[in-house]
Amino acid sequence: MKLSRLSLLCAGLLLAGFAHAADADHIHASHAWIRVLPGALPAGAYVTLENDSGAPIALRGAGSTIYADVMLHQSSTAGGVSRMSMVDSLDVPAHGKAALAPAGYHFMLMQPKQPVKPGDTVTLTLQFADGSTLATDFIARPANALDAGDAHADHAMPGMDHGAMSHDH
Amino acid sequence: MKPRHWPRPALLLLLLAISLLLGGCQRGEPLPFRLTNITGHMPDLDFRLTDDNGKAVTGADYRGKVVLLYFGYTHCPDVCPLTLAQLHVVMQRLGPLADGARILFVSVDPARDTPSIMHAYVNAFDPRAVGLVGDARAVEALSKRYRSAFTREPGDADGNYEVSHSSAIYVFDREGHARVLATPSASHDDLVHDLHLLLDNGADR
Repeated sequence: MKLSRLSLLCAGLLLAGFAHAADADHIHASHAWIRVLPGALPAGAYVTLENDSGAPIALRGAGSTIYADVMLHQSSTAGGVSRMSMVDSLDVPAHGKAALAPAGYHFMLMQPKQPVKPGDTVTLTLQFADGSTLATDFIARPANALDAGDAHADHAMPGMDHGAMSHDH
Repeated sequence: MKPRHWPRPALLLLLLAISLLLGGCQRGEPLPFRLTNITGHMPDLDFRLTDDNGKAVTGADYRGKVVLLYFGYTHCPDVCPLTLAQLHVVMQRLGPLADGARILFVSVDPARDTPSIMHAYVNAFDPRAVGLVGDARAVEALSKRYRSAFTREPGDADGNYEVSHSSAIYVFDREGHARVLATPSASHDDLVHDLHLLLDNGADR
């Protein structure tokens, strides 16, 4: 058993390395938004991830054609002091959720290659430890927004489910 | 139950205790704040900095306004904007009364934050927010005055760095006296409540 799982893992890594990265079938993204700040200041991006598989899946980072650099970060406040630190990965538990949300985990988006305005949609390709990816549309929100502004989440992020669903067909 | 005749020393002690309690607050009766009451425990608002229009300002320039003082920096993509966005919501809920208040956002990143960057930044949150910059010594003096601190963390190869900073929001009354300490996780209701007390209280002056 151990051996076959290992060889599967190797095959997966090889596939991820040499072929197109597989879509992350078991992860569903929602409430994806970016807090846009003036000028070229780094922005925070947030998303809720749901894992409908029986095994945890680790989020490693994200890529973007708009931002030169995307980092997975975590804010924390301890003893009245706010800090931010880089994290390697965030586990989305089996049949569970993980949220990138203000004052916690977030993507730090740096060096936009073009101005991003509130109302724009920016695609970030989420990258998971198993080599799979998930193209997710993030809605750009004003600096003083508190959330994705998607009380009706389904129409706020058109096309977001395509990446997650495409392999089901 | 008839009033008992108090022994003289006890009566004196009682009077002393009452006068001490009354002396601690401004107008004889303490305001029923919901957040941490710091009245008498922190010094009055005082600083020498530059505002986001490039004008030299001091704490005295904000007498007459209720002040919400918060330390942060513009290259902070998560906690600082979240706090300012929450303060914006609080200001919205105060309605026209909010004109009697100012959010003072003091940069703890003198190397990167200029008045013009601060101007664009604070105005993206609230028209009643003011960005303040100063050299490291001036900002440190203000930070220390309120027993807060900030630390520039080691940077990466590209020269990017983060600044760890106090997360507190200090609220001052119209006379510049420190009154309330809030954390970013304080409820909007509590902040609105306490700001109402301070704004209503001094509305006639």
